[in-house]
Amino acid sequence: MTNLDRFIETFLNGTVLAKYAPEILQGVWVTIELSVLIVIAGTLWGALLACIRAYRIWPVSFLIVIYADIFRALPPLVLILLVFFGLPNLGVTLSSFAVLFVILGLTLGAFAEEIIWAGITATDKGQWEAARSTGLGFTQTLGYVVLPQAVRMVIPPLTNRAIAITKMTALGTVIGVPDILNQATTAQSFSGNASPLTLAALAYVVLFLPFVILSRWLESRFAWKKG
Amino acid sequence: MSPVVLDSSLNQGKPAPVEKRPTLEVIGLKKSFGTVEVLKNVSLQVAKSEMVFVLGRSGSGKSTMLRCCNRLEEPNSGDILLEGEKITGRGVNLDRLRRRIGMVFQSFNLYPHLDARGNVTLALRKVLKLSRDEARARADTALARVGLADKAENYPSQLSGGQQQRVAIARAIALEPAVMLFDEPTSALDPELVGDVLGVMRELKQDGMTMLVVSHEMAFAREAADRVVFMADGEIVEEGPPEDLFGNPQHERTRAFLARYSQ
Repeated sequence: MTNLDRFIETFLNGTVLAKYAPEILQGVWVTIELSVLIVIAGTLWGALLACIRAYRIWPVSFLIVIYADIFRALPPLVLILLVFFGLPNLGVTLSSFAVLFVILGLTLGAFAEEIIWAGITATDKGQWEAARSTGLGFTQTLGYVVLPQAVRMVIPPLTNRAIAITKMTALGTVIGVPDILNQATTAQSFSGNASPLTLAALAYVVLFLPFVILSRWLESRFAWKKG
Repeated sequence: MSPVVLDSSLNQGKPAPVEKRPTLEVIGLKKSFGTVEVLKNVSLQVAKSEMVFVLGRSGSGKSTMLRCCNRLEEPNSGDILLEGEKITGRGVNLDRLRRRIGMVFQSFNLYPHLDARGNVTLALRKVLKLSRDEARARADTALARVGLADKAENYPSQLSGGQQQRVAIARAIALEPAVMLFDEPTSALDPELVGDVLGVMRELKQDGMTMLVVSHEMAFAREAADRVVFMADGEIVEEGPPEDLFGNPQHERTRAFLARYSQ
């Protein structure tokens, strides 16, 4: 048996691949579901916090900054383990899916808040003045004039962060979320063969490549030349 | 200050009599940024359909004075009256007030994510609560007035500086304000584009718009303004009809300024 044969036998074993593909496909659906939920909830939550911060009510802004800093500083895995194994002691039991969604959603929300806030502060002061001078109120100016520009400005860092955090759904494996990686490692244990991991890698590429391409499209779609 | 007697100095410190209320009245305006006194007791009146030009070197306080008129800048003391109604102090609904005062900025400040029509309709829709069709009709009328009927669907980045400033003017006049404030409207424009914007301002004047203009366009001031005000160091030094102020300036500082700018 040559090295190449051994490699193919271990990582690209046709029989094993065929046998466990349906389970990994199930994992793909779980990962997709989680990713979509996390991106939507995290981005909206971050945008909401950034808008609230724009009112510059200092105790509120202070709390937002504390939240954003903590969630950006802590590794999500620590929070996932802490919440999943800690909360039941307080009488709260969340499913592993829910814990993963909440923690990653809050993590993305923290980054999204900081990124969108940066966009809001980078929006030209003249935009505020022009809108306010036509009688638009603060909230209207924020919603119709500043936020649309701020979000467009920060789409590249925002999509990068969203991709980085949705990839962390693989962390769900440690608390038993049946995502791609979990399905693959389980299949690996049962079969005693690493081919399901190859399939998982392939699934991640197939899953995230369109996401990356979509983000490139968003970047070009919403970019405009400064006049 | 030389003892020149001016129209406005007769009224200094008190509002004009009710029967001939000016559209915009600035009374004893004072403003400091930290320890720097930017406005020292400025009083000024703009009558209905009058075009008043404010001249002065940068740092003379003219832009600050203008920005106090719609309270983008808060004066420390003094009053501003719009059509006889006091608009300074607490308890004034700023959003309600500002729709009656149009403002045009040096840097245009068009919304880059909206096309020309969208720039004009935003306040019509959200402030005046007009229907989509009404707002659109009014925006197109305003764009036609500034000569840009065919650019309604262009985004600011697709327009020249002069066209952008005209859209900004359309955005302001669409709200049918009682007075228009112009803060150096042509200073950011290439020389060949200045004429278009001044042309629009001339037409507005012919249509009876009340305008307070901070600008360095001396030739235009001389030709189109009803009255010219010269400011220096936060004070009004001299004011009068353009032929007097340009032709026979009374104050040393006015003469120095005009000599510098007519070179």
